[in-house]
Amino acid sequence: MKNPSQESSMDALRRGWARLRAFFRKQPLDRELEEEIASHIAMATEENLHNGMSPDEARRKAMVKFGGVEQAKEKQRESRGLPWLERVLQDLRYALRSLSRDRGFATVAILILALGIGANVVVFSVVNTILLRPLPFYDPSRLVWIAPDGANGLSASTYSVDAYEDLRSMNKSYEDVTGYFAFSTEDNYKLTGRGVPLPVTGIMVTGNFFHVLGVEPMFGRQFTPEESIKGGPAAVMLTYPFWQRQFGGDRSIVGKTIELDNKPVTVAGILPESFDFGAAFSPGARVDVLTPLIMDDIRYDGNTIAIIGRLKPGVTIEQSRIEARTLFPQFYWGKRFPDSKNNYTAYPVFLKDYISGKMRRSLIVLWSAVGLILLIVCVNLANLLLARAAARSKEFALRSALGAGRRRLIGQVLTESLVLAAGGAALGLALAYGLLRYLAHQGSIALPLLSSVRLDGTALIWTLLITVSTAVLFGLVPGIKVSRTNVQEALKDGGHGTTEGRQHETMRTTLVISEVALACVLLVGAGLLLRSFLHVLDVDLGFEPSTAAAVRIDYDDGGKTDKRSAILQNIANRVSSLPGVDAVGFSDNLPLDRNRSWGGPRIKGKTYKPGEGKGAFVYIVSPGYMKAMGMHLRGRDFTWQDNDNSEGAVILNESAAKELWPNEDAVGKMAVIGKKDVRVIGVIADVRDTSVEGKVSWQMYLPMMQKDWGPDGAVLVLRSKLPPEQLAGSVMRTLRDINPNQAAVEFRPMQRLVEHALSPRQFFMLLVGIFAGLGLLLASLGIYGVISYSVTRRTQEIGVRMALGASPGNVQMGVLTKTLRMTAVGIAVGAVVSLAVANLIASLLFGTRPTDPMTFIAMTIVLGVVAALAGYLPARRASRINPMVALRNE
Amino acid sequence: MGDEKLDLLQGTLDLMVLQTLATMGNMHGYGIARRIEQVSGDEVLLNQGTIYAALVRLQQRGWIDAEWGASENNRKAKFYSITKRGLKQLADDTAYWMRLSGVMGRVLAMGQEGSEP
Repeated sequence: MKNPSQESSMDALRRGWARLRAFFRKQPLDRELEEEIASHIAMATEENLHNGMSPDEARRKAMVKFGGVEQAKEKQRESRGLPWLERVLQDLRYALRSLSRDRGFATVAILILALGIGANVVVFSVVNTILLRPLPFYDPSRLVWIAPDGANGLSASTYSVDAYEDLRSMNKSYEDVTGYFAFSTEDNYKLTGRGVPLPVTGIMVTGNFFHVLGVEPMFGRQFTPEESIKGGPAAVMLTYPFWQRQFGGDRSIVGKTIELDNKPVTVAGILPESFDFGAAFSPGARVDVLTPLIMDDIRYDGNTIAIIGRLKPGVTIEQSRIEARTLFPQFYWGKRFPDSKNNYTAYPVFLKDYISGKMRRSLIVLWSAVGLILLIVCVNLANLLLARAAARSKEFALRSALGAGRRRLIGQVLTESLVLAAGGAALGLALAYGLLRYLAHQGSIALPLLSSVRLDGTALIWTLLITVSTAVLFGLVPGIKVSRTNVQEALKDGGHGTTEGRQHETMRTTLVISEVALACVLLVGAGLLLRSFLHVLDVDLGFEPSTAAAVRIDYDDGGKTDKRSAILQNIANRVSSLPGVDAVGFSDNLPLDRNRSWGGPRIKGKTYKPGEGKGAFVYIVSPGYMKAMGMHLRGRDFTWQDNDNSEGAVILNESAAKELWPNEDAVGKMAVIGKKDVRVIGVIADVRDTSVEGKVSWQMYLPMMQKDWGPDGAVLVLRSKLPPEQLAGSVMRTLRDINPNQAAVEFRPMQRLVEHALSPRQFFMLLVGIFAGLGLLLASLGIYGVISYSVTRRTQEIGVRMALGASPGNVQMGVLTKTLRMTAVGIAVGAVVSLAVANLIASLLFGTRPTDPMTFIAMTIVLGVVAALAGYLPARRASRINPMVALRNE
Repeated sequence: MGDEKLDLLQGTLDLMVLQTLATMGNMHGYGIARRIEQVSGDEVLLNQGTIYAALVRLQQRGWIDAEWGASENNRKAKFYSITKRGLKQLADDTAYWMRLSGVMGRVLAMGQEGSEP
């Protein structure tokens, strides 16, 4: 049996609904109640009159019987509507009123919060894009990257055509396997037939590429099987940005032909905007078109295809790894050339991990750094609010005396915090939106998927989460403090100044110390990354990028080396005669740009066991290339006479030369490359081939004029002290003069290649550096706030001391000492934490140890100086206190 | 007890209102308050104003209805009436109170019996 009048759940539901409705019909319901009460009192009065009372008496008695009219109304409202919601709204109105009275405080707080929250939103969006969000393909969790484990260089992480075909037909793990030609170069096509030939970057993909990735063309169709066969119809798929840029988004282009390299090609379709080949597979690169990969064209070119598989539903990556171990050695090419077995292994990894796995650690560091910033922001605001709370203690005491409970007071402070945080979040989101748009269009940062970074729903949820937690974090401490305010104490005149003030100050000092410690951790992290970056900049690249520039040239030698030699010599002569040009050379490949490795040189006459021998990065170059690159050569350079009529020649890098002939000079020795005998004519300084920080492998340079090493394309490299912008015009004019078909390619200062290679490291260092600066600024604000407040509070005390003979200098020193003591504690705590944290980022450092004393010393000095500056202003104010004025106020 | 009046137990006012409406038919707020005072012999401490919180509560649960009408003296007043569901609730609650007061009576009487001999 139920209690009297206890509600059933149906009743409760009905009542909840009624309450909600009543909440929104407040005014009419209030009016009704008003009328009802009026008629109640009128009836009571009438009855009293009827009983013979005087009119006044009748009305008075009626009122007494009724009880408090306002209380009755309030009671009825409480059972009628949603009192908690009304309280929240009331708190909100109150918070807005009180903040608008204190505009300066609100502005500073919102700005600080906006920086903290904005920075967090930006970093979260980047993390979300690169690490968390699925790849922009259909069911991406089943896509895997198939390559040998730990391969160095593209050739070692790609496969030959037969391996690709064998894998496709023999495997049991994958629904299908696809791939693309991994050696496509920038501007490898020309869009012709529309005026000056326009350079176009195209990637060759196997016929089923879009199907396996699950990408549907926005308009048009996929490639047909015939289009992937040698001699079949030529087709091309346009990427969205290229279509917009070159064809103004004209849909009618689909199905029509355009001209690539002077040949008609059918536009099969337009790829959707979300498909960004570069972002996923070649960060920072622009891709304009995709074309079908004709297998027969590259069948005997060795390892050229990057392979992607789609796992069958239910097949795990582990299962595919186990299969790969037994399957790959059975492939045709592997059986025929057991030596090259290195490439006939595979260790499939999820495509997502392949694309963004390398970034994981950096991103987590970045995420933590920005989290620290938010913590510092919280501490700072807690401090600001505490100071404000102290100033408002009377107001709170009054509210408490009027019956507001502790929860109500804490709720009030938290509401204010929430209002501030919401303001900060709104501004922060705006800042983040702008910055993210900028980042997404920053093609020069080689971070995967960065072009698709944006504010999405997940980021908004994250913003909400951190906004609320921030508000609670910085609002709770002051809230609890305020709610404990001693009513009598606070209401007394000059109420603060005794124990209450001192407690507040201890708490504020503790907060500032933790703030200094947090800033310390950020500074150490940023310092270590900066030192690493400087070390990376100091790396001897093996070439001199600052005065070199490169431009991709067009030429057609029909595969004849003598014709090639004539063309290149002509270009070299014409370009080197231009004013300001010091050296000119050609290569088919630039370091840090594209990397390709072949089976490396072997010592002639020595027998090798299968699988012995090492691979080497290959550069097929012309005479003058080394000079134009500013490389250091021992021995002789190639000449135009190193052609098919002369002995095979090779230039090795130091690493290869030393390893092959450890105690002898390699120059003059005979080596074998493939099946060809070559003489080592020179040894050249190691060049950083894949990355600035990476290890250097073997490298070999082969002459462009020998037909055994048919170059694929050529890049003109020139050295000049003139700025590249000034050179570009005359060089491009000369090239077009020689070959009217020369595409309007980009004239690239070599420095840009280096910058591109450094961009991820620089990106992280820059962001962490900005956060460290922000942390430092906030910490100094905190120090200033606390010291300044303490001086104000102790004005009388200081006045007394000065009246008793303390000199202004003494007073100033006293305040400064207090500041530095506080800072020293913060630094000590921070240094200990930093030591632990620094070890976590050890793998991101280069040439720098996590315990790098320079960084720690610099951090201490920077923080010390900033703290001293922050404490100086209040200290000076303290020293200028007029004892007479201070004492008179007593 | 003297001239001290009884404080109302939680929920009892609701029950009194339901009972009043069930026996008296349609009534306005003042009428209900007066009726409860009369029946209780002025023993209950009732600020007449508090009745309106009870009325809105009961109305929101669907146990009573309300309608504007004219009073005996032709004054505009809101009249309340008990609903079918209200009657059922009243029956339940009444049974509960009877049982409870019976039990309470027995428990409290026990002490007096024990001290007798």
